[in-house]
Amino acid sequence: MKQFTSIAALAAGATTLFAGDVTGTVTLKGTPPPEKPIAPLMADVNCGKAAKGTVTTRHYVVGSGSGLGNVFVYVKAGLDGKKFDVPATKPVIDQVACLYEPYVTGAQTGQAVEIRNSDAFLHNVNFMKSEAGNTTFNFAQGAGAKPVDKTFPNQEVFVKLQCNVHPWMFGYIGVVSNPYFAVTDKDGKFTLKGLPAGKYSLAFKHLKAGEVIQEVEVKDSGATVAATLEVK
Amino acid sequence: MNPRWQPLSVRWVHYWAWFTFAWALLVVSIGGLVTSKGVGMAVPDWPTTYGYNMFFFPISQWTGGIFHEHVHRLVASLLGLWTIVLAVGLQWGAARRWVRALGWLALGLVVVQGVLGGKRVVLNAVDVMGIPGSIFFGVLHATTAQVFLSLLATLVLGTSATFNEWLATREASEPRGGVEPRMGASLACMAGLVFVQLTVAASMRHQHAGLAVPDFPLAYGRLYPSTDSATLAAINQRRTGVVDDAPVTAFQVHLHMVHRFVAVVLVAGAAWTWRRAARLGRGSRLAVRAWTGLFAVQFALGAATVWTNKAADLATAHVAVGASILAVGVALATMRLLGERPVRMAFGPCGATDAFIKPCATVAVGRPA
Repeated sequence: MKQFTSIAALAAGATTLFAGDVTGTVTLKGTPPPEKPIAPLMADVNCGKAAKGTVTTRHYVVGSGSGLGNVFVYVKAGLDGKKFDVPATKPVIDQVACLYEPYVTGAQTGQAVEIRNSDAFLHNVNFMKSEAGNTTFNFAQGAGAKPVDKTFPNQEVFVKLQCNVHPWMFGYIGVVSNPYFAVTDKDGKFTLKGLPAGKYSLAFKHLKAGEVIQEVEVKDSGATVAATLEVK
Repeated sequence: MNPRWQPLSVRWVHYWAWFTFAWALLVVSIGGLVTSKGVGMAVPDWPTTYGYNMFFFPISQWTGGIFHEHVHRLVASLLGLWTIVLAVGLQWGAARRWVRALGWLALGLVVVQGVLGGKRVVLNAVDVMGIPGSIFFGVLHATTAQVFLSLLATLVLGTSATFNEWLATREASEPRGGVEPRMGASLACMAGLVFVQLTVAASMRHQHAGLAVPDFPLAYGRLYPSTDSATLAAINQRRTGVVDDAPVTAFQVHLHMVHRFVAVVLVAGAAWTWRRAARLGRGSRLAVRAWTGLFAVQFALGAATVWTNKAADLATAHVAVGASILAVGVALATMRLLGERPVRMAFGPCGATDAFIKPCATVAVGRPA
């Protein structure tokens, strides 16, 4: 029995030894609604000065080849029962010129997310409602205030942050229980690093376009995935 | 008794009631603007403002949504003060016991309303009976405001020398109602339905779902929109405003349609009321018809709110006119119901019975001798 356990442990270790990167592209099918200029931002006495040029909404960021940005990609199934250490690194969300940067980011459950304010004036950061039972908060962060760390113990895609002082300011965090997640760049490209060899369900979730699930088999050489979201 | 013949020390109570009513309408309007702009949580603490005593919060920090929320708090605080003055003044300057009692009720209600406003902020994230605190307390705060405003409108009426003289005349005369139609009950029903409509509206607004139905008079191009999951998904894909509203749900669509349906019923009711008012005395007729005219204004404002994608100023005007319709409706219903009561209680020496029902023709405003 003891010998069997050792072999099983060795096999599990071997599985994690053979890990590859999953790369891919998410594209958008269909024509999204046009983005709108954020008129109240430019009319605001502080934000208007801080803004560079015309600032528009970021609902659909579509790049070359219909690549769709700001899609949160994560492993939805295939890692059942596995435990992962909480990373010591902290994703950063900054408040710059009355926008959250980045607009969409990701974090692992229990991982600290650092919230900064680089603006020369006050914002409040309001996590209004949690579908997953994470603790909501609403705090003020003035000019020059120290960064604030927040953690989310439960998986939730998406945690939504809002500034009520500047009600067009929204930011989103995809919180998942494993370290295998990414956000697509402006051309829809992403990489999931070091995913152990195996079969997984990958979720591709966009704030407006919705979610698609795709099965993928990862070998030690990695895998390539192409996903498509559709706007009707 | 003509108000001009009364001493100023008595008349001021009526004027003060008017002032307090107007101030309350201002508070409701600013509150509506706070919700329209989605800045109710711009000040995350209460009763302090960013840790300051709210009256000493530096003006330099009244920026963005803080400005609207903080001004709402300050103006509402002053309303509390004005209501204290009114309640005390009524004890001395109002002839009828029910008016004096309503003064204390108004004072109690303004305190409750202030606390509800604070709870709306500090319990924003707490669920109450499965309803998010932001919605539960938001709707409660909004509807209590409507009740309070209606109470003040009734106090304006109750301190009016013209009304008291009219009522005393009706209480002392027999028979009554032979010529004029009895409209008190129907006006009360209309006011009740307006309150239901305002509660539905408050629920819509505090869910911060934006316009659940963005076109009018049709709804997503149909008489009644489909709310299956595929349709809702397609709708939400295209909801891309400057403010990122939450995805619309089937419940919100149905709520929106209920609001439209009740609006049509109310406009029809207003038209019927306008017609029935033809046989009222001149003063009542003008008052009732002016009130019914507000329904047309409100309907147009509702349509404009949809057509402008819920422009904050129009949405706020829609709130303010809705509140005015309820307040005036309650006052008118009170006036007609009191004037249409059976005359059996109307006899007896002035001041000898309950002031709520006693005739007091010679002491229209001011305590009976």
